Amino acid sequence: MILNMGPQHPSTHGVLRVILEIDGETVVRLMPDIGYLHTGIEKTCEAKFYQQVVPLTDRIDYLCPMTNNLCYVLAVEKLLGLEIPPKAQWLRVCLNELTRINSHLVWLGTHALDLGAMTVFLYCFREREEILKMFEMISGQRMMTSYFRVGGVALEPPLGFFDRVRDFAGYFPEKVDEYENLLTGNPIWLMRTKGVARITREDALALGASGPTLRGSGVDIDLRRDMPYSSYDKFQFKVPVSQEGDVFARYMCRVQELRESIGIVRQALDGMPEGAIKADAPGVVLPDREKMKTQMESLIYHFKIITEGFSVPAGEVYQGVESPRGEMGYYVVSDGTAKPYRVHMRSACFANLQTLPSMCEGRLLADVVAAIGSIDIVLGEIDR
Amino acid sequence: MALNPAITDLEQLKEHPAIARLTSWNPAAVEEVKFDREEMTIYVERGAIREACVLLKEDQACPFNFLSDITCVDWYPREPRFEVVYHLLSIPKKERVRLKVRLNSSGPAVESLTSVWPGANFFEREVFDLFGIRFTGHPYLRRILMPEDWQGHPLRKDFPVEGYR
Repeated sequence: MILNMGPQHPSTHGVLRVILEIDGETVVRLMPDIGYLHTGIEKTCEAKFYQQVVPLTDRIDYLCPMTNNLCYVLAVEKLLGLEIPPKAQWLRVCLNELTRINSHLVWLGTHALDLGAMTVFLYCFREREEILKMFEMISGQRMMTSYFRVGGVALEPPLGFFDRVRDFAGYFPEKVDEYENLLTGNPIWLMRTKGVARITREDALALGASGPTLRGSGVDIDLRRDMPYSSYDKFQFKVPVSQEGDVFARYMCRVQELRESIGIVRQALDGMPEGAIKADAPGVVLPDREKMKTQMESLIYHFKIITEGFSVPAGEVYQGVESPRGEMGYYVVSDGTAKPYRVHMRSACFANLQTLPSMCEGRLLADVVAAIGSIDIVLGEIDR
Repeated sequence: MALNPAITDLEQLKEHPAIARLTSWNPAAVEEVKFDREEMTIYVERGAIREACVLLKEDQACPFNFLSDITCVDWYPREPRFEVVYHLLSIPKKERVRLKVRLNSSGPAVESLTSVWPGANFFEREVFDLFGIRFTGHPYLRRILMPEDWQGHPLRKDFPVEGYR
């Protein structure tokens, strides 16, 4: 029998359509069908100035806006050869890890909800709300933050922001214990996840999986540690790896990452350097409001950047970062003008979704829901 | 951090594991190399891309075992018009390399990598959908993001941003 799951289905986490060929309760063949959220962001980018692309990038993946902002601005900064002041880099790291926690909390909540554990969802969203409030405090937006700029960050963090983050970092590990108390030893959870939707190390590599989907199958790679960017090499953290390659292994990887991420946030707060939050590049970075009112030159630069953008030397770069879902990569090609010639996003979910058939074929229909949840897909990022 | 000029001299770059592997196999397969902004680009002859990828994937010294990305750039109206771009990552050696294939505007086609990395499937379908490049040997080359009945390939430079109305 051919069964159509989605595109409107509560456990596909968006508008994913899965075509299933089933024999009784067993899945014989599975085919994901995507494209329902395709908005042509890559095409739109080609018609915008470099700085106008930043707000588009967080609309790709609404659960980790800061990671996408970071990846894009790093790519453009690499094209320009810009040096970023340490405070901006550490601020970026701190916010990125909060974003990772935010994204993992949504994943954990909805994944547990799919598999029948309602309480975890409520607990996760309680902590996520606090993170969103912090984002609102620093950028004025809860989800589409667009806080990073080419050359630094948009604004100095407001008073009391760091205290709030420190407060959160203090009590968050206990909350992770709380989630783990509800799930990790829970016999129903174990039956739904252990040995389910297994993928081998070789298959995961060949299919281009990355992030916790790959680390859950025993491949030890994390771009933050192995190809450091934005001064991640100055932070100490462990990269959780599991060997089994099943839903439980991926769950364990992500839960451990929650603990590691909050550790990085704490290190970033403790070692936050003093200094500027924007690079000293007058033609690229917008001048301070104060200077614009007192210095003619700053006013001219401001006018020029807003009206005609800034030109970027011709060339091409590929910048990969470790997003909560895996390797997020931006390939930016410049032809020397003020608009990018081509922006391509390597989406982690897009590649991870290809592992779904090998996870589910030959297994029970009910496990498809567990498998989809465990690869943590965001359809906005897949379809772009 | 000032930008260093790009290095395009093959002699200077032949120590790089990917270039060394490819030139020792078939010097004619490497058309051009470029080292710019700490990133290595190798232009591969269009008929040799699949074999080049097999070699790089199974290289003993530095296996580029992970296919990060496949995409394309349209240089309309220049000829050769299309550049198909492959990003490979070596997980054991933490090394990246970018391979490029140039294609003409009339009937652009290149060999599929799905037999080397099954994960190339979606990426090639995306390039086919948005640029109209055919991948020979692909098991299921159909539109992936755009509707089935869509006319044209939206990421080509001669396709207007607002679309046809």
